[in-house]
Amino acid sequence: MTTTVATSRIPRRGDRAMGWLQGQLPKLVLSPSLAVIAVFVYGFIGWTIVLSFSKSKILPLYQFAGFDAYDRMWRQPNWYVALENLGIYGTLYIGLCIALGLLLAILLDQRIRIEGGLRPIYLYPMALSFIVTGTAWKWFLNPGLGIEKVMHDWGWSSFTFDWLINPDMAIYTIVIAAIWQSSGFVMAMFLAGLRGIDNELVRAAQIDGASAFNLYRRIIIPQLRPAFLSAVIVLAHMAIKSYDLVIALTGGGPGNATELPATFMYSYTFTRNQMAVGAASAVIMLMTIMAIIVPYLYSELREPGHGR
Amino acid sequence: MAASVQAAQIGTARFWRVLIYTTLIVFAVMYLLPLWVMVVTSFKTLDEVHEGHMLALPEHFTTEAWSSAWGTACIGLTCEGISGYFLNSIKMVVPAVAISTLAGALNGYVLTKWRFPGHKWIFALMLFGCFIPFQVVLVPMAQVLGKLGIANSTTGLVFVHVCYGLGFTTLFFRNYYEAFPNELMRAAMIDGAGFFRIFWRILLPSSGPIIVVTVIFQFTNIWNDFLFGASFAAGGSAPMTVALNNLVSSSTGVKEYNVHMAAAMIAALPTLFVYVVAGRFFVRGLMAGAVKG
Amino acid sequence: MPFLEIKNVRKHFANVDVLKGIDIAVEPGAFLVLVGPSGCGKSTLLNLIAGLDAISEGEIHINGARVNDLHPSKRDIAMVFQSYALYPNMTVAQNMAFGLEMRGVPKAERDRLVAEVAKTLQITHLLQRKPSQLSGGQRQRVAMGRALVRQPQVFLFDEPLSNLDAKLRVEMRTEIKRLHQAMKTTMVYVTHDQIEAMTLATQIAVMNAGEIQQLGTPQEIYNRPANTFVAGFMGSPSMNMVTAAVEDGAVNLPTAQGQSLRLPLGPAARSLAGYGKREVILGLRPEAITDPNGADRSGNAVARADCLVEVVEPAGSDTFVVTRLADKEVIARMRADADVRPGQLAPFAFAMDKAVLFDPETGKRIG
Repeated sequence: MTTTVATSRIPRRGDRAMGWLQGQLPKLVLSPSLAVIAVFVYGFIGWTIVLSFSKSKILPLYQFAGFDAYDRMWRQPNWYVALENLGIYGTLYIGLCIALGLLLAILLDQRIRIEGGLRPIYLYPMALSFIVTGTAWKWFLNPGLGIEKVMHDWGWSSFTFDWLINPDMAIYTIVIAAIWQSSGFVMAMFLAGLRGIDNELVRAAQIDGASAFNLYRRIIIPQLRPAFLSAVIVLAHMAIKSYDLVIALTGGGPGNATELPATFMYSYTFTRNQMAVGAASAVIMLMTIMAIIVPYLYSELREPGHGR
Repeated sequence: MAASVQAAQIGTARFWRVLIYTTLIVFAVMYLLPLWVMVVTSFKTLDEVHEGHMLALPEHFTTEAWSSAWGTACIGLTCEGISGYFLNSIKMVVPAVAISTLAGALNGYVLTKWRFPGHKWIFALMLFGCFIPFQVVLVPMAQVLGKLGIANSTTGLVFVHVCYGLGFTTLFFRNYYEAFPNELMRAAMIDGAGFFRIFWRILLPSSGPIIVVTVIFQFTNIWNDFLFGASFAAGGSAPMTVALNNLVSSSTGVKEYNVHMAAAMIAALPTLFVYVVAGRFFVRGLMAGAVKG
Repeated sequence: MPFLEIKNVRKHFANVDVLKGIDIAVEPGAFLVLVGPSGCGKSTLLNLIAGLDAISEGEIHINGARVNDLHPSKRDIAMVFQSYALYPNMTVAQNMAFGLEMRGVPKAERDRLVAEVAKTLQITHLLQRKPSQLSGGQRQRVAMGRALVRQPQVFLFDEPLSNLDAKLRVEMRTEIKRLHQAMKTTMVYVTHDQIEAMTLATQIAVMNAGEIQQLGTPQEIYNRPANTFVAGFMGSPSMNMVTAAVEDGAVNLPTAQGQSLRLPLGPAARSLAGYGKREVILGLRPEAITDPNGADRSGNAVARADCLVEVVEPAGSDTFVVTRLADKEVIARMRADADVRPGQLAPFAFAMDKAVLFDPETGKRIG
């Protein structure tokens, strides 16, 4: 026994090096991922910012151009269309998804026997690619062969649904398809939230004589604040990034009626050969998302009991 | 209580129950309709499609559209269907999911069990990477991929998806390992196990649930991606989603709606299948990605 | 020569001093118990001995060798944890063999050692089960088995019985004591339960706020506590401690009825020789205050007095009687059939040779 301890005690030169290596191992293992993120996320963001201040057109041209690209961007009527569309689309998308998700969650929470069968039906659209969703809804809303024709067949011959090709209404088709895709997810979040509410609170309220309406309005829904917050954050994030769905459903059209910042960026960068302007729009998109995400992340990571 | 009042109360309760069930079922139908229409249209002949009874079952059931979509439909300049692109997606998804999941597991392990000063900041920086709009890295990435010679290739796409999937996978594993008892680590250290042995022998074997969640989440996101596919692999190595969009949005020739629907179904089947089989884990992945902790 | 030496060990976390200079010498084969309230630093000290944490200042020697910089796996120690820390994905046999596997012991030898220890602990029938299929007591045995298989030179226990129910705790306590008697290996045991400390230890270190309050045998700690903290911490119910004035080799205690009870100190008076002050804290354990029939007749300093009974608590084997002296609650332990009723006077017998005196200002024992 004594010998074992004595020999294992004498540090040989190799041992000390091995010991150091073992100590550094965690950091070594983490560093590739860190390096990748440092370069390909933050480095690239910096690169795009540089591009937005450059004279790049078809290809990157690293000559300082000041706020030229931003100026030109703000002078494009397209950009205003994109922003306006984002406003309409974003508000409706977030608002209606939350309303619908909350409604479905509350209804499902009423001890429905077929809940197990219904939940997957509301949620499955999340599993689909936005391209598939766009393709399906493009067909579904097809003026002439889609829902319009179905309504005619059913006797409502004056029904028109040409929103897909109507510049004023096209953006709302995107709203519809997006809500169809994401409301199930919001429902799942609210359902989890509802299930997490202490049952005793509900019983106490019922003894206090609260009607179902008041029970929900005054006690249950306020308890769902964290779920509301998370839902808004996730939906806002998805709305700002929306690209796939628009491309598949309307292609940005008719004309540029459904232009959004994401499609604006893509077209100006790759097809209109205005790389600097495209970069500038990407930077604006980033800043908008940061304004929403950073405070949220900060408050989440600061919670007591987290970290250390 | 008077029988009539009681009966009225039960009547009201039943009324509400019926209303609730009806509402839920109506919504369920609305959610299923687009899928129904897709499936039904894909099994019709083009003539039948043009008759415009969108909701009706096919009169002459045919798998023509499916075989056309798979093998003969024209996408861009080639007319070989989407089978090749389907394969591209598989070749891209499998390595991307495997690498990003493994890396995420190791990262989560380091961040929770081998803490060092500043670990919270590092985690925050990695987490933030999940939320950026990808438009802001498109041009630089195109440049780098070009310089590395992997532009327009599956390898390039795998690389891109690994890069931007790391944030999420690290998040999932980090939250999972946070709850893993630290005393197990201490026991293993006293037993003489080092950094990797603890990971392979003790942590990983107990990570089943989170591995499933992460794999499903990554698979769904990467399979369904369009932006990266369109930007970095537009040609022969395009993934399924890009090919589908090309097929559907082509402005030349007759629009073969049945073929379009068949192609969309083919694109949707893998993720739908995963969803049906492992739905529980799917939901957990969605929730973990949105609600931290 | 001491087997385990802890020399002036200090530990700081950020600006906080968790351990403030610990000195302990443990003889080979001894059973050292570190006992104290939560936060006193006992678990920290155990982690330093194990090598799971780094020492800020000072040295630890095991069997003559300085181990400060040695990795835990190289110190030839084994540890049993409060939550057992069994690897959930491995069978009992694999759990027990894991440490040997890490050290490159060949499979045949590993199996032999595991079988031997399993037999000793009577867990052979559990070898192929997973930890989730075991009860708390069984898991505890497996945790001990994992430590035993290593045949280390020091066993470390970190509150291993805290998660067990009361009955199981008593059983396992006896097992651990039996194991120690059979193996004679040096053991260091951390607990907050002073009964475990008393029953298991050959040497006790009572700790509080990062310092050792007293280091000694169980007898010493119990009968001659070094200060009021040790006196109050060890023993249940706690030692009665009342402040009183000293006069002519006796203490005067005001009673609840307004009179003054005079208790001659007997042999304890000698310790007052160099003590200059008028007031002392008198410490008497409940078992030293009893009814006259239960009192130790051979005791040479038994003082009798009648006191007013406030509360009577029959506990089956004894009856605890609460009275009030010097405006403080005093608990006496009487025989189960003692005739006492609340609100009435009853005869009390004080065994003054068991009394301990403390300085009210420093809390330290006098003499």
